[in-house]
Amino acid sequence: MDISLVGRIIPVFVQAAWTTVELSLISLAIGLAVAALIAGLRLSHVAILRFLGTAYVSVFRGTPALIQIFLLYFGGPQIGIQLEPFAAGAIALGLNIAAYMAESIRGGVLSVDRGQMEAARSLGFAEGQSMRWIVLPQAAKLMIRPLGVNAVALVKGTALVATISVVELTYTAQRFIGSTYKPFEIFAVTAVLYMIMVYGLTLIIDRLDRAYAGEA
Amino acid sequence: MQGLDFSIVPEYWPLIGKGLWWTVVISMASAVLSVIAGIGFALLVLYASPVVRYPLRLFMWLFMGTPLLLQLFLIYFGLVQIGIDIPAIWSGIIGLSLHFAVYNADIFRAGIASLDKGQTEAARSLGFGAWRTRFYIVVPQAVRNTVPAIGNMMIALLKESSIVSMIGIAELVHSAQLVISETYRPFEFYLTAAALYYILNLVLEAVLRGIERKVELSR
Repeated sequence: MDISLVGRIIPVFVQAAWTTVELSLISLAIGLAVAALIAGLRLSHVAILRFLGTAYVSVFRGTPALIQIFLLYFGGPQIGIQLEPFAAGAIALGLNIAAYMAESIRGGVLSVDRGQMEAARSLGFAEGQSMRWIVLPQAAKLMIRPLGVNAVALVKGTALVATISVVELTYTAQRFIGSTYKPFEIFAVTAVLYMIMVYGLTLIIDRLDRAYAGEA
Repeated sequence: MQGLDFSIVPEYWPLIGKGLWWTVVISMASAVLSVIAGIGFALLVLYASPVVRYPLRLFMWLFMGTPLLLQLFLIYFGLVQIGIDIPAIWSGIIGLSLHFAVYNADIFRAGIASLDKGQTEAARSLGFGAWRTRFYIVVPQAVRNTVPAIGNMMIALLKESSIVSMIGIAELVHSAQLVISETYRPFEFYLTAAALYYILNLVLEAVLRGIERKVELSR
């Protein structure tokens, strides 16, 4: 183990890890927003909307995230969408994780006992109101853990944008493995940084889950 | 803006079809290896001596917390620098197999832990040795109970096999890239590749449903 090398590369890698964090947060925001919409479509009473939601989930979960990124970044200009690598990566990752998160949200809503909705309706709440004030608050607690699993997968998934030259952690690792000939030192530093992000996120999710589960 | 033209896709079918074939081969080889290694890891993590158990747990923890792409770079570009030269195709299969073996091991471990202890006790009282009990009584039941979870992993494996294109393996994404470098039509060919993955995925899901039904019947 070349300790002096590790010391020298750490600042560059921390910088790259920060890019990974930024990517993750932006994709997470896009993912959650789109997921809420898609889950809404999938739970809709209108058949065509339900079909659209199901098709979105099926297509985005049925094809590799890598190809989704390439389609947007390399194929986008052909249909008039020209994006910087970072933006293309963040949007593609967000749209991809949205398909998984939509299922987590839908699962949460469906796990709330039907009687809750029925009781709310019989007390005179409109359907939308029952959803907003009765079902969703209960469903939200059930969604934390599955959404957390999705978010952890997203953090690791951000490595894929290394392939379109976004200078994040995996891209930086690849470059340094090529130039230093010290693969294990580089892997160790990179792995530690990913671990901090992944397990840090896991801790946050555990906290949230316990905080809200306690209220139930 | 160039506009889209899918009429040129059939002309390149031989190359795309070859990539598709390699995607199937690599995914199937990695799927089998990842399940076998997964069972091995699960048994070692549960029953081996601490000298084996703790390093293995560290390895599993590292592989679960880092991206597949990074692991592939380490195996393919990294090992050669310390004198271990593995051809790209094997680096890809080893990387995919190890990545998913770690997740499979976690699933099998949980499957073994959730088995009734009476199964082991009954086997031991019938004269089975400790490892014979594990192989003939514990593992088959744990495997059967974890079929759906392992199936989900295999669906993920099929899609993530696309990542091995990044170390130059001529599978579906890579052959699409080759065609694109000739035709400058990324949208058409990446979409074609996506459609082929989607079909493969449907086939795999159907196969997995068949296996799940068989397993249900065998109970």
